[in-house]
Amino acid sequence: MTFFSRLLHLDRLESEAIFILREAAAQSQNPALLFSGGKDSAVLLHLALKAFRPEKLPFPLLHIDTGHNFEGVTEFRDETATRLGERLVVAHVQDSIARGSVRLASPLASRNAAQAVTLLEAIEAHNFDLLLGGARRDEDKARAKERVFSHRDAFGAWNPKSQRPELWDLYNGRLQAGENFRVFPLSNWTELDIWTYIEREKIALPSLYFAHVRPVVRDGEFWRPVTAVTPAAAGQVIENRVVRFRTVGDMTCTCPIESDAADVAAIIAETRLSTLSERGATRMDDKVNEAAMERRKREGYF
Amino acid sequence: MTQTKLVRIVTAGSVDDGKSTLIGRILHDSQALMTDQVDALSNARFSRAEKGDLDLSFVTDGLESEREQGITIDAAYRYFATPETSFIVIDAPGHEQYTRNMVTGASNADVAIVLVDASRLHQGALKVQTRRHATIAHLLGLKVVFAVNKMDLVNWSLKVFQEVEESLKRLSRSLGITNPAIVPINARSGDNVVTISPAAPWYQGASLLDVLQSQGEGTDLSDLPFRFPVQRVVRVDGHKLEAQRGYAGRVASGQVAVGEAVFVGPHRRPTKVSRIETYDQSLGRAEAGQSVTLYTEDEVDAARGDILTGPESSYANRVIADLCWLDDQAWDPRRRYLLQQGTAAITSRIESVLHIRDMRDLSEVRGGQALKLNDIALVQLHTQTPILADHFQDNPKTGAFILIDPETNQTAAAGMIRGVV
Ligand SMILES: Nc1nc2c(ncn2[C@@H]2O[C@H](COP(=O)(O)OP(=O)(O)OP(=O)(O)O)[C@@H](O)[C@H]2O)c(=O)[nH]1
Ligand SMILES: [Mg+2]
Repeated sequence: MTFFSRLLHLDRLESEAIFILREAAAQSQNPALLFSGGKDSAVLLHLALKAFRPEKLPFPLLHIDTGHNFEGVTEFRDETATRLGERLVVAHVQDSIARGSVRLASPLASRNAAQAVTLLEAIEAHNFDLLLGGARRDEDKARAKERVFSHRDAFGAWNPKSQRPELWDLYNGRLQAGENFRVFPLSNWTELDIWTYIEREKIALPSLYFAHVRPVVRDGEFWRPVTAVTPAAAGQVIENRVVRFRTVGDMTCTCPIESDAADVAAIIAETRLSTLSERGATRMDDKVNEAAMERRKREGYF
Repeated sequence: MTQTKLVRIVTAGSVDDGKSTLIGRILHDSQALMTDQVDALSNARFSRAEKGDLDLSFVTDGLESEREQGITIDAAYRYFATPETSFIVIDAPGHEQYTRNMVTGASNADVAIVLVDASRLHQGALKVQTRRHATIAHLLGLKVVFAVNKMDLVNWSLKVFQEVEESLKRLSRSLGITNPAIVPINARSGDNVVTISPAAPWYQGASLLDVLQSQGEGTDLSDLPFRFPVQRVVRVDGHKLEAQRGYAGRVASGQVAVGEAVFVGPHRRPTKVSRIETYDQSLGRAEAGQSVTLYTEDEVDAARGDILTGPESSYANRVIADLCWLDDQAWDPRRRYLLQQGTAAITSRIESVLHIRDMRDLSEVRGGQALKLNDIALVQLHTQTPILADHFQDNPKTGAFILIDPETNQTAAAGMIRGVV
């Protein structure tokens, strides 16, 4: 005998995420919600409001700031926290560099992987025992393997070869001192689910998700944005193209796609037809190595 | 938004029988793979495919060690949709060492595809792991569909297929699975996976994907008795006299309307629902699957871990349950375990092992005081306080529980309530 619930697709995903958010808050002493200003974290924050209002959120928002942010994203992050009256904790990769815990090969090198170090330092400094993140299993083949309640050892490391069993929706959030959980309420959402939910709930996003003109250079299959930290190399031709971002990450590794989708409805239409995955189309950090995401996660990354 | 059916599928069966390849094939042939993902497959290290071909098992075998060793270690989740159905496909490992990951995947699925390698049977004898996985899938209440894979290696021989079919029917009978679909396939090339192939003119049935799509949905959870595990207590206007407490949670089963009576805990303290709230709405009624906050007419002093029920409920502190033991540490009869049911964690002891299933012939071995990794057993449990005694087969939401080792925090066992003492 099997059973089903007759909720509609997005209602089912929404309700599941709210359930997970409430379990995460109830089973931890000192949780935080990772909020970068990106679309997934904006959806996650919206769901957190649905899970906990009219009360204040039972956790602060936490951003691991590489200092290499696209224009408008940190402003969006700060305005959102202020508008909601919620506490925002920002941990800076720059501070880890100053402390010497992060050493970059060159001043303009990507700070993407260094985020794990700063994240672990923030966990220790604030005694966080559970971090809520907006990662989705459809993003990457290592993420596709991850539990909703993902256990991390005292070094913040994910051990994909011995994950804790996770039965039904009975989440076991018990920890030994020093360990932590990463909890992913959006595990079962796809990129298309995220956009259709943003449309339904009218969730605000930073403007760079929508079509705009931007100076870019061609870099293999990518249009690499030309910015202060990613200047054009000698001989590269700077072009002004109409683009939008599918993901918002560190400037050094995130590329926009050519698109004239200027509103959410147009983005949904494009997403339905897309033949490239979200990370495949936009992330240079994953191109370095087949197992780039898995390795970062084993080092404590989100 | 139109209603699409959700089907959650898990693969099962012995190591190397072709589960991951099958999932890769289904996604590939349903145009559910992105161009860059296919490109990544063709350049992948450790690929077992011949030149110019793709190793489709790598669609889900995404971990470095999985590719290197050519086996699946943990379950992968993939999502795709046909016009009628939205699918979650969970590719589980076949290796015995990782059975707990298969149980994890199966607990989140409605249908299991149990694969058998047609070329590796002797007189149709099934492997132990095939029997174990079919047993687990059935105990967890999944529908079981069989796929006889690698038919190319036996030249699509009807005789071989019939031998395997006979064994699968015997296995089904001993488990109580009625009329299972049994589909001959080649996962590597896709014959009979998404579309019917001319390779087996003798096969009259539907393709595997069609069989999966045509599975009935079963019972509507809203039609079961009302169950609402409290996740958190909400205090509104805490400083004022009219301060009110609400109970946030997700309706596990059944439905509830404003004005209806609900009952709290083993003493079944009655009260009435006064309001049903979500973030931006007041509802007249809530049904299975919805996350809401319930307010009651009286202060009933419910807390996280309590389950609000409708009028039908029974509690017991001795239950009979099926257990899948998942922990490397064997059961220690002197120790207590935390039983997590809904949002409650209750101290419990396993009082006796009634029987353990022998996976070689599925016979039930009586007694014994040992319960170790991968054992499937029927046990008698004693809980410190009475628990809701819903039978798993009647209500999988509240009939399920896990046992947690309080020393190590490991999830030691998956449990399904079958009766009371
Ligand atoms: N000839 C043939 N080979 C197949 C077929 N299906 C799978 N294989 C091969 O069998 C081997 C094992 O396939 P996998 O898909 O990794 O097996 P699995 O069941 O996922 O294995 P585990 O997850 O480790 O239990 C691979 O080399 C596949 O290419 C088939 O239908 N015919
Ligand atoms: Mg496999």
